[in-house]
Amino acid sequence: MPLLEMRNIVKEFPGVRALDGVSFTLDRGEFHALVGENGAGKSTLMKVLSGVFPEGTFEGEILVDDEVRHFRGIRDSEAAGIAIIFQELSLVKELTVGENIFLGKAPSWFGVINWSELYHKASKLLKDLHLPIDPRVKVGGLGIGQQQLVEIAKALSQNAKILVLDEPTAALTESEVETLFVILKKLKERGVGMIYISHKLDEVFKMSDQITVLRDGKTVATHAAAETDKNRVIAAMVGRDVGDIFPKAEHEHEQTALSVKNLTAYSVDVADKKLVDSVSFDVKRGEVLGIAGLMGAGRTELLMAVFGAWQGEYSREIEVDGKSTSIDSPTDAIAKGIGFVTEDRKRFGLILDQTILDNMTLAGLRSISGRFLTNRTRETMAAKGPMKSLRIKANSSLTVTGTLSGGNQQKVVLGKWLLTNPKILFLDEPTRGIDVGAKREIYAEINKLAKGGMAIVLVSSELPEVLGLSDRVIVLHEGKLTGEFTREEATPEKVMAAATGHN
Amino acid sequence: MDETNKTRITKSTLRAYIMIAVLGLIWVYFHWATDSIFLTPRNLSNLMTQMSVTAILAVGMLMVIVSGNIDLSVGAVLGFAGGIAAYAVTVLDYGLPVAIIAAIVVGVVIGLFHGVLTAYLNIPAFIVTLGGLLAWRGAVKWLLGGNTIPISNETFKAIGNNNLPLSVGWALAAAAILFVLFIAYRKAKSVKDYGLGEPNYGGELLKAIIPIGGIVAFIWVMNAYQGVPIPVLILLAVALFGGFITDSTTFGRYLYAIGGNADAARLSGINNKRNILKVFALLGALTGIASLIFTARVGSASPDAGVLKELDAIAACVIGGASLMGGRGTIFGACLGALIMASLDNGMSLLNVRDFMQDIIKGSILVAAVGLDMMGRKQS
Repeated sequence: MPLLEMRNIVKEFPGVRALDGVSFTLDRGEFHALVGENGAGKSTLMKVLSGVFPEGTFEGEILVDDEVRHFRGIRDSEAAGIAIIFQELSLVKELTVGENIFLGKAPSWFGVINWSELYHKASKLLKDLHLPIDPRVKVGGLGIGQQQLVEIAKALSQNAKILVLDEPTAALTESEVETLFVILKKLKERGVGMIYISHKLDEVFKMSDQITVLRDGKTVATHAAAETDKNRVIAAMVGRDVGDIFPKAEHEHEQTALSVKNLTAYSVDVADKKLVDSVSFDVKRGEVLGIAGLMGAGRTELLMAVFGAWQGEYSREIEVDGKSTSIDSPTDAIAKGIGFVTEDRKRFGLILDQTILDNMTLAGLRSISGRFLTNRTRETMAAKGPMKSLRIKANSSLTVTGTLSGGNQQKVVLGKWLLTNPKILFLDEPTRGIDVGAKREIYAEINKLAKGGMAIVLVSSELPEVLGLSDRVIVLHEGKLTGEFTREEATPEKVMAAATGHN
Repeated sequence: MDETNKTRITKSTLRAYIMIAVLGLIWVYFHWATDSIFLTPRNLSNLMTQMSVTAILAVGMLMVIVSGNIDLSVGAVLGFAGGIAAYAVTVLDYGLPVAIIAAIVVGVVIGLFHGVLTAYLNIPAFIVTLGGLLAWRGAVKWLLGGNTIPISNETFKAIGNNNLPLSVGWALAAAAILFVLFIAYRKAKSVKDYGLGEPNYGGELLKAIIPIGGIVAFIWVMNAYQGVPIPVLILLAVALFGGFITDSTTFGRYLYAIGGNADAARLSGINNKRNILKVFALLGALTGIASLIFTARVGSASPDAGVLKELDAIAACVIGGASLMGGRGTIFGACLGALIMASLDNGMSLLNVRDFMQDIIKGSILVAAVGLDMMGRKQS
């Protein structure tokens, strides 16, 4: 009798079938890894399991202990013994370890908290897990690794039988990972079933009993870990038809436009944690350089640090057009001819309250209008170019960007950077969350720009996109450069192997 | 497609029309309730003079609010700068130019100081200027030793109390009309220069009729009493300057960008910190100017000069449609907000509404204005 069974789960978002008949079983004391590319449906599946997507918003059945369950919210799934530890920790940093463990469930008498009971219970719980943590210290004072362990203690305080860990080791040092694994093994002995989501195949093979691969919302394979190997798992993860939406274009390139040496970038929050570790790369005029890697590999941090925009510590040497140069701020970078279509357009790209015109001319305002005074007419004229060439669909350039579709918003961000006349253009997830039509148009524009001699650096989590557009691909894994491939060499399997640190 | 000249009614212009209508209603009501005293040249002249200090502060405050910050210290800084000016002319016996420069420099230096703490040391503006509110009020008390310093210099007092000669008023009106016509001509011509089509001189001339009518009416009303009051003249200059900064300079555009999305602005190559520093300095300069008018009008510097002025200025901005989250608001709206507040003050005083009642009504109107705004926003 399995501990947990999810049967034929189908979850649809407008226009996308995120989960397409996924089934999943977990036994008592089983360590079951869930792997797949970004966007394969892992997180969606876990949100279904935890009641974040309540019953009725998806199809299929969830059984715990052979009994069909109806989760209307997180409380219901918690009551059924399911606990999820998300990537972003959900602890309150200003409260103590004990308070966090019993947050919302503190032993109390008419609202008055019984502190001695709370701390007594908390320290017993921590002792059970052999965690040398004082329940009276504030969570904010602990390292990320210890916080993760507190989170697990919190889950167990609710008598969790099923523990879901979403990329739990992403922020941990090696010794912290070891501690975590020791504890997870203890839980296994106690019969707790664990679902482990990770991009790190080494860890997955070290710990798992079973491995399930998701791809495009479907279960493609479930194997006992002992009966499969990394290559087969990787093949299952990427086995997708690249298709022909990528217009193959040969680009001429000889002259190096940008060369970056020994770039190291440190975490903003955790001192001495390297997010990018001495990475060097260059890109030539007319070349599209793809940067592949899984979430947290350090790709965005790499570009941010080149652009002078990374907010943590960083160091690197930069040459533009063969000349050594210093870039200390985005202003410097723009002056040197670098443009940066940042990821997450709503957060980093657009001022959603403002018009297309205001957004598009923002980065290049001084060269379009003048150093001190703005000139509406000249701005309107300038914006017409990208409005037309990128086929931005809007009534006029005075339409507020917040009302546009994702694809058009993305084009506005791209247009903003084209108006700075860049020689080198960084594109970070340029097609995230936009429809296929807009994607095609952006791909065509990328090829056109490269043909015109622009050096392009493309970061994308969609492997087919990186492989389809790039002349050359470099791969990052946990901040380190783990592979470099020409267009001919770059097969999905090789790139994915490098991205999972297995090569 | 000619977007530059296309007339469009955006949410903000619609809001401006509604506010003008509300102001009209308030005026008509008070005129009726006061037995035709409210809308007389004499009262309108007083009203404009009364609003000038708040409106000048509101112009600077608006720019700070648009950038996503706030300044709670302007009332105290106004008191301190006015105290310095009075001290310079009365105690130290310097001339008026020294007093003017001293007040403005004090404002700018304090603004820079607040700006550095906010932008470069990342202390929230609310905290920095809340501290400033206490500290600069303390500084005034220390400077004046708890006493009131009367202004001995008559020219100084003229800043707050005199009027332009009638002929100068008309000359200014003529200059302003010529300027409006020049702008209209240039706008029509630019269409041709940029190859967007044939210039429409007649159309632009037609559009210029409204501002020209406004200028004539304004000077006519002011001259029907004693001529344009000097504080009103200064306010007009400050408001035009503020409108120019927010509408026509890269600095102004950057303020809206920083307030609208600070990350996007930074990644677009805008130096957020330096621009925030500048906007605080600018508010400081305007506070210095306002302090001169305030001190001159009262005829003395006192330890409690300018108390609660910061709240009037913030209220004017908010009634005028500015968002305290940043990124939204106009100089025109802030001035209109100040005018609405001043009209309520003036009208209720004429009606002998009790002090406490005035405060209750003004407070309620502030909250109601923002409440209606939020409801309107949700629907759209």
